[in-house]
Amino acid sequence: MMSNHPSSSSPASPADPAVNGALRPSRRALGAFVAVPGLLSLAACGGSGGGSGSGEPSVLRVVDYYNTPADDVVIQKTLETVASDAGMTIKREKVPGEQLIQKVLQMSSSKTLPDLLMLDNPDLQEIASSGALVPLEDFGIDTSGFKKEILDAGTFEGKVYGLAPTVNTIALFYNTAMLADAGVEPPTTWDELTSAAKALTHDDVYGIAFSAIATYEGTWQFLPFMWSNGGDETDISTPEVAGAAQLWADLVSDGSASKGVVNWGQGDVIDQFKAGKAAMAVNGPWNIVGLQEDAPDLEWDVAIIPVPAEGDDSVAPLGGEVWTIPQTGDTEKQKKAAEVLQAFVSAENQLTMGTARNTIPADTEAAKTFASDHPELATFVEQVSTARSRTGKLGTEWPTTAKAIYTAFQQVLVDGADPETAFGDAADSLG
Amino acid sequence: MTAPASTLTETTGHDAPRRRRRTSGSALVRYGFIAPAALYLALFFGYPIVKNLVMSFQEYTSATFFSGVAPFVGLANYRAVLSDPIFLKALTNTGIFTVVSIAGQFVIGMVLALFFRRSFPLSGFLRSMLLLPWLLPMVVSAAIWRWILEQDSGILNQFLSAVGLISSPIPWLTSSDTALIAVVMVNIWLGIPFNVVLLYSGLQAIPEELYEAGEIDGATGWSAFRHITLPLLRPVVSVVLLLGVIYTIKVLDLILGLTGGGPANATQTIATRSYEMSFIEFDFGQGAALGNVLIVIALIFSVVYLRANARSAKKG
Repeated sequence: MMSNHPSSSSPASPADPAVNGALRPSRRALGAFVAVPGLLSLAACGGSGGGSGSGEPSVLRVVDYYNTPADDVVIQKTLETVASDAGMTIKREKVPGEQLIQKVLQMSSSKTLPDLLMLDNPDLQEIASSGALVPLEDFGIDTSGFKKEILDAGTFEGKVYGLAPTVNTIALFYNTAMLADAGVEPPTTWDELTSAAKALTHDDVYGIAFSAIATYEGTWQFLPFMWSNGGDETDISTPEVAGAAQLWADLVSDGSASKGVVNWGQGDVIDQFKAGKAAMAVNGPWNIVGLQEDAPDLEWDVAIIPVPAEGDDSVAPLGGEVWTIPQTGDTEKQKKAAEVLQAFVSAENQLTMGTARNTIPADTEAAKTFASDHPELATFVEQVSTARSRTGKLGTEWPTTAKAIYTAFQQVLVDGADPETAFGDAADSLG
Repeated sequence: MTAPASTLTETTGHDAPRRRRRTSGSALVRYGFIAPAALYLALFFGYPIVKNLVMSFQEYTSATFFSGVAPFVGLANYRAVLSDPIFLKALTNTGIFTVVSIAGQFVIGMVLALFFRRSFPLSGFLRSMLLLPWLLPMVVSAAIWRWILEQDSGILNQFLSAVGLISSPIPWLTSSDTALIAVVMVNIWLGIPFNVVLLYSGLQAIPEELYEAGEIDGATGWSAFRHITLPLLRPVVSVVLLLGVIYTIKVLDLILGLTGGGPANATQTIATRSYEMSFIEFDFGQGAALGNVLIVIALIFSVVYLRANARSAKKG
């Protein structure tokens, strides 16, 4: 800014009175020149935070975190189609997954929430409780056809705030060749799981890989074992919860699972499976595309997560993202967004997006069609049918409980703590 | 050196009366020049610090972002943060992480800087290669080091067992005994370029004649380093150490990338815990309170350090 001013571009000796005198008035002008735009730009900063959604009436602003090509392309196309049917266009912003919540909080404090917002389902209650979302019933969105458990994942205090067109969960991937070589059947009970994992372990191959990392990902992988064993997040000090940690601890201390599990995310787990270093792996359908691309020769199949004893129900957590309508204050836009959202989650679109993304349609009927069209995903369809949401019981208390759970199982796996003690302490820390 | 200095004195002497005569006008101009910088500081440094301080006395949740309502809760956040069962562990870890990282970075950086002071073939090339860790984004470094330190197939364990140093793989990032060591190790690696660059440029400024004179008096090798290099390098050393502490005490991304504070909180520091409180537990008030504890620790350290430095500078 200063160098653009003509009089400051030529260096003048201050010792020369003539030059100095000539300079003085323009120096003062320069001072004002520098200070005023500074203030103006400050004022501009303060004023620009008022808008919400998108300024243009026919454009819907959308925020989500679908960055991989498999997700991105089909989401973009489906959104564009349903929006144009409603006479709208979309302006979509893709945020890195781990930054979404920060971004949402930022947008909600600067009143720049988009017209349609995607959230990972366990975050929905936290955001809905902040008042940033509108209940979908306010705009007459029809939620019939959605299973109760799936609606639960988008519900806060009895009202539905978010709808998931497709959902997912985790199951047990296994390397068919390795199981055949070892003469092992896909395990269905915990006993079978431990003995199969042991039989499959040799040299540099572990029987099983799972993620026991100190993040929500670890808790998410722990839940099917905890829930199937009769454990419940409302009281984590029970022997049933501890029993699930004991199973993991046994697998690690047997050497059937690497000690590395405590630092593996689910991406690391599927990498181990791809590389043939794990004969079985707990993982989700969103990694199937990568698995097929990176390891086209690997023969694999998927089984339901084993249960403690024969006849027990395998209960897995429900994953997937819900779409919400933020509180932007622009009712007309919200109506349009609701119209677009309703079309976006139609059974037909669920099937299209489910096929492209290897996720399971939320609509019960659509899921049946999907299972018969995609036999390779039938196991996930089955696992989803008994799955439930993480926040259904605890609501906004879920994040702290999820953290208490991963802290406790890490103590068991890393420090060799007694599971009952570790989970007892964890329950106490929740107060 | 001398000629411009004398002109400068002359100039100011010459200028002084005139400036006094037109005090009000030129003062305005002077403030005008300071204003952009002052505004910038107030806006981008002052505001966040004040905001963080205020936040630490509020019940600041995700709802606050939308409604703007954050009731004041007095010292409740500080009480909660200080009685947090992980606080002491995080504090100890922060201390160990900072002290050992700085010591390691500084010693290795100094040795390398001294080494590069001699000229030898390829020294320029090697010196620029040393900057590589600095150029990599932290997330990339962390991901690469996670592979290197992987227990079963990681290259470090493979190497160590190939040369026969270890018989069973070391659980670098997966045992609470070694995880902190591993994290410190990686942080030392990251900090070496910074130390080498600053110390090397500091060494360049020490005139060669001093060493020649020292040699005549019998000061070579260690005693030359002790009596010539170190005293003359002191200002650079101060800057390196002080900046090092400030950078290290708040390291967040590296630890999150390597271990996420685990396993079993073994690498939890004040910075990672503060992040957890804000962005995992959504209690931004407590997160801010813990962040302020960290700022106070850093401030105490800086003040003590600067004092000690000023004293030794006076003595020397």
